[in-house]
Amino acid sequence: MFEFFNRLFGAKPSSAMAKERLRLVLLSDHLSLAPDVVEALKNDLIEVISRYCEVDAANCDVTFERQDKQIAMLANIPILGMQRPKPPAPPPATPPSAPPGLPDGNAASAALATATPSAPDTAPAAKPPAKPGGANGRRRRRKQGVQGAPRPQPT
Amino acid sequence: MVNNVIPQEAPATAAIPQKRGRAIVVTSGKGGVGKTTTTANLGAALAAGGATVVLVDADVGLRNLDIVLGLEARVRHHVLDVLEGQATLDDALVTDKRVPSLRLLAAAQTREKDDVDTAAFTELIGTLRDRFDFVLIDCPAGIEKGFTNAIAGADEAIVVCTPEVSAVRDADRVVGLLGEGRKVTLIVNRLRPALVRKGKMLSVDDVNDILHLPLLGVIADAPDVIVSTNRGEPVALDATSLVGEAYRAIARRITGASTAAPEIPREKTFFEKLFGSRS
Ligand SMILES: Nc1ncnc2c1ncn2[C@@H]1O[C@H](COP(=O)(O)OP(=O)(O)O)[C@@H](O)[C@H]1O
Ligand SMILES: [Mg+2]
Repeated sequence: MFEFFNRLFGAKPSSAMAKERLRLVLLSDHLSLAPDVVEALKNDLIEVISRYCEVDAANCDVTFERQDKQIAMLANIPILGMQRPKPPAPPPATPPSAPPGLPDGNAASAALATATPSAPDTAPAAKPPAKPGGANGRRRRRKQGVQGAPRPQPT
Repeated sequence: MVNNVIPQEAPATAAIPQKRGRAIVVTSGKGGVGKTTTTANLGAALAAGGATVVLVDADVGLRNLDIVLGLEARVRHHVLDVLEGQATLDDALVTDKRVPSLRLLAAAQTREKDDVDTAAFTELIGTLRDRFDFVLIDCPAGIEKGFTNAIAGADEAIVVCTPEVSAVRDADRVVGLLGEGRKVTLIVNRLRPALVRKGKMLSVDDVNDILHLPLLGVIADAPDVIVSTNRGEPVALDATSLVGEAYRAIARRITGASTAAPEIPREKTFFEKLFGSRS
C-alpha cells in the first residue's frame, strides 16, 4: 500500500537510488578524488580557460561520463569572446612594438605562429584580436571530451 | 580441448604436445557473494559435461571448497603440502566419487595466505593446466596477497557479483586489478526477480551498466543452493533443479557448447509456488 502511494507520487525506487549512488561513488573511486575535489577541479578549469577567453562562468558545466572502460570529463564552457575584456598590463620585458591587447606572454607565441602558417587554427592567439567587450563576440558552446582516469591498474 | 598438431616433419621422438587447459579464477573482492558456491557448481557441471576439472582452493586459512563439495572427510593433504614437498600432487588431489573427472586440491586450513609463494603457486597452476581441461581457482575475498596469488596463474577470470552496492563496487575494483591481459566475464549471483520488479533490487542490467563485462550467467537466490550445500552435493548435479540447470548452462557457455544469451531468472508463477517448493 505504502509502496503504491510512493510510486504514485514518483518516489524513487531504492534500486534507482542504489544505482545512482554507485555511479557517483565509482566516479570518485576511479578518479581517486573526493567529490569536493571535482568541484575544485571545475573551478580551476574555468579559471585557466578565462586566461584565454571570456567565459560565461555562471553557465559552466563539468560532468563525468563513463565510456566503456574509461570516464570522460565533459566540460561545457560557453565562450563569450576570444579576448578578455580587460587584458593585464604587458610584462616589463615586452618590447614597446608588441601589439596591444594580447594576453600576457603571447608576443612570443604570436611570432611563432606566423612563422608556421600551415597550422593556423592551432594558434588562436595569432588571430586578429576580437572586438573588446564581448557584445558582438559570437557565443559558442562546445562540448569537448577529455580522457579521465581509467580503472586503477595494478602497479 | 584443442591440442597442437605435430608438424609432419617432426622427429618421432618429439615430446607429445602438452595439453593446455584453461585456468579460470573465480573472484569478487567482497566476501560471501558466492565464489566458493560458484566454483564448486561450475566444476561439477563442467566435469559432468565430460571435461576433466581440478578445483583449487586458494582461500588458505579459510578452507571451504571441500565442505561445500562434501569432500571434507577425504582431504589428506593440501596445496602447501604440495608446494613444500610434503606430498605429491597425486597424493593431494581428491577425486569426486559422483563425477570422477572432478578433482579437488584443498587449501591449508591452519596456515596463512602470506605463506604461499606466488611463483611456486603459479607454477603449480601451470602443471595442473597440463593435466586438466579446466583449472578453477576459488579466490579468497580481499585484494591482498591471497588475491594476487589466486589470479597470478589464471588467464581468465569470472567475477561473481550480487546485486548490492557494496558487491558491485568491490567487483569494479577487482576488475581494475585484474588488468587488461585476462578474459574477464561476469556472473550475477543471488538475484531475486520479484524484488527487481518492485524496484527494490538492482537488476542485471543495472549491475552491468556499471561493470561492463560479458555476462556469463545469472543465478537466482535459491533455497536449492542452501539445501544442497547443507548436504555437500553440488546443486549443479541435481537434474531437477532450476538453479542446477542455470549452472549447467553456464558450463556450456564456458566450453563454447552453447552461445545462447544467458537467461535471466524469472519469478515463479502462482502454480509453481503452489507445487514447486522443495526442502
Ligand atoms: N544463489 C544462491 N542462493 C542462495 N544462497 C546462496 C547462493 N549463492 C551463495 N549462497 C550462500 O551464500 C553464502 C556465501 O557463499 P560462498 O560461496 O561461501 O561465498 P564466498 O565464497 O564468496 O565467500 C553461503 O551460505 C551460500 O550457501
Ligand atoms: Mg569462499
